[in-house]
Amino acid sequence: MPAFPEAAKDAVGDEVLRANLRHATHTIRDKRARAVAELADWELLRAAGKAVKDQTLRHLDRYLLQLEESVTAAGGVVHWAADAEEANRIVTGLVRATGEREVVKVKSMATQEIGLNEALEAAGIAAYETDLAELIVQLGRDRPSHILVPAIHRNRAEIRDIFEAEMGSWGRAAPAGLGDDPRELAEAARLHLREKFLRAKVAVSGANFMVAETGTMVVFESEGNGRMCLTLPDTLISVVGIEKVVPTFRDLEIFLQTLPRSSTAERMNPYTTMWTGTTDGDGPSAFHLVLLDNGRTDTLADEVGRQALRCIRCSACLNVCPVYERAGGHAYGSVYPGPIGAILSPQLRGTGSEIDASLPYASTLCGACYEVCPVAIDIPEVLVHLRERVVQGGPVTREGIRVRIRPARGHAAERAAMRAARHLLDHPCALRAGERLLARARRLRPRRLPGPGRAWTDSRELPELPAEPFRDWWARERGGRGSLGDTEGRGDRGDTGDRGDVGDRGDRRDRGGRT
Amino acid sequence: MSSRDRILGRIRRATATAAPAPAVPRDYLPVHGARTPAQTAALLAANLAEYRAKVHRTDEDGLAPLLARLLSERGARSVLVPAGLPPHWLPAADPTRVHDRADSTPYELDAVDSVVTGCALAIAETGTIVLDGGPGQGRRRITLIPDHHICVVRVPDQVVDSVPRALPLLDPTRPLTWISGPSATSDIELDRVEGVHGPRTLEVVLLGAQ
Ligand code: SF4
Repeated sequence: MPAFPEAAKDAVGDEVLRANLRHATHTIRDKRARAVAELADWELLRAAGKAVKDQTLRHLDRYLLQLEESVTAAGGVVHWAADAEEANRIVTGLVRATGEREVVKVKSMATQEIGLNEALEAAGIAAYETDLAELIVQLGRDRPSHILVPAIHRNRAEIRDIFEAEMGSWGRAAPAGLGDDPRELAEAARLHLREKFLRAKVAVSGANFMVAETGTMVVFESEGNGRMCLTLPDTLISVVGIEKVVPTFRDLEIFLQTLPRSSTAERMNPYTTMWTGTTDGDGPSAFHLVLLDNGRTDTLADEVGRQALRCIRCSACLNVCPVYERAGGHAYGSVYPGPIGAILSPQLRGTGSEIDASLPYASTLCGACYEVCPVAIDIPEVLVHLRERVVQGGPVTREGIRVRIRPARGHAAERAAMRAARHLLDHPCALRAGERLLARARRLRPRRLPGPGRAWTDSRELPELPAEPFRDWWARERGGRGSLGDTEGRGDRGDTGDRGDVGDRGDRRDRGGRT
Repeated sequence: MSSRDRILGRIRRATATAAPAPAVPRDYLPVHGARTPAQTAALLAANLAEYRAKVHRTDEDGLAPLLARLLSERGARSVLVPAGLPPHWLPAADPTRVHDRADSTPYELDAVDSVVTGCALAIAETGTIVLDGGPGQGRRRITLIPDHHICVVRVPDQVVDSVPRALPLLDPTRPLTWISGPSATSDIELDRVEGVHGPRTLEVVLLGAQ
């Protein structure tokens, strides 16, 4: 897997991809702003959503036990999976026990995260993705590039070709003379998948929410493939991250308002299904819930990073991100693309690989992602925190064990840059002098940066330098009122330099035990 | 050690020193705007229509003729009816009625043209109807497989203003299906296409004094 800068460079060079992405992100972004503006209490809903999730995370053990009890009482069976391998083993075993050799699947990021389709295939079980976009991705032997619209990188002509070439080998072939009108393509998918829905005996899903109090599972969707999978088969297996629990049924009133508007920019998505265990004569007669950790408890152990677990996967942060818009979802090399992927993946997987070490840098820290996030995750704060981890190493929790990691290799340059930045921030005079020098040297501005900055300027223009340093402008405009020091930066970020200080953290190393 | 114990142990260690989480502020609005029941019904109709459901209004006397007309305009030869549907809603002999039986297969349902149901309630602000498997609604799958769904909502008593007003009226132990407009996808170049898997056509009949 190439690290983000290389992957992004390829993507940025792809004109079609960039045009598709730009169109998609801007369309959804504008619609979303209108949908959100309709609710006068949006900020209050956002604060409430954040609080519900923080409450849940603070007492996650208690809520999971309550959930287990209520799901069991309602006729479901709960399984616990510490990692991807265990989750795959559990699901494979459950499918085998039914005697079936195929399953239908409703789009689920958790099962993508653990590579369930591959694990099932290795066990001789065919897994059919039923979300239209996921079908396009699966038939095209491709990877999803967006949380909400996974095939956004494909245009209609490409989709037509994929359907024509591939549908036949998975089941019902595409109709002869298939055109590239979205209506025709959707109809072909309908016919192809209906054959599978009607005969399916086993389905695999994720869930958007699980209610501890009642054991109710909730899935939001649009197409009806979710309803097909959740109600027609005899056996339903849901693989859900442990952070998806909410304490009470009432809490859903918040997310039923914020998730659709943030996600598809609709007042409500076309279909939401809620089920509690099994119901006689209606829906599956066997329900299994696989609760997935796979790095989530390690993320929970990180005081700054744990807020990423509040994410409700609405994808709003992708659509506003200037880096995502240009690089596309594949460049992130993870199931979770965009700003949320840049903070979630390196926490779930650790920063050991090159791609994971590069993800915290896949951002301009412009803050747009934080502004739109319906659960107020301060993504820039976590990005800065993870950059420090990559550059300086330090204590982290891996598989429940507190360990100390070394600085990532290949980041010596960034390390030097960070040191330089800190020196400058500690010595404001040097910074001021540097800014003025830059301003004066505007005409000499290079087109491409030397050294480690080169990858960046390979694919983009250097931003214009302002005519005057900000500090000078401030002194001139606001000289008499307030000092720059009071307003610069945010209090909670001002101390990030100390946060990464290895010496401070070392003392607390014995806090976590071994499992 | 079981994975259950391992995960719970990790959670407890991870949160041992965390500050208590503040209480959830519930100061968001229960309803967005003050409306008369008539305005609430009008908002429901407008929001349903915006998401491309077809909306009709009638009273008790007009219901049976309206349903008969909608089915005939659709050219439906067979109509699925849940066991508890009031018999006077569909008195006429044609189209052929199909009753949902516990042992009917998805293939049998796939051969039916239309389905007529009631609902548990409807939400005006979001243009949503909610089914909970009650007598006039039947099992979840009957409103999913046929391509044409007609849903009757009693106005004003089955209509609430908002999502926060809806949840306390619903029983979470029943299977719930929230429907806001017909099935739709925007997966191909963000062009909206109705009816990928669920019904392509959703007709909502608002039943009340005219
Ligand atoms: S981080 Fe926030 S904005 Fe991004 S997907 Fe998650 S909930 Fe949505």
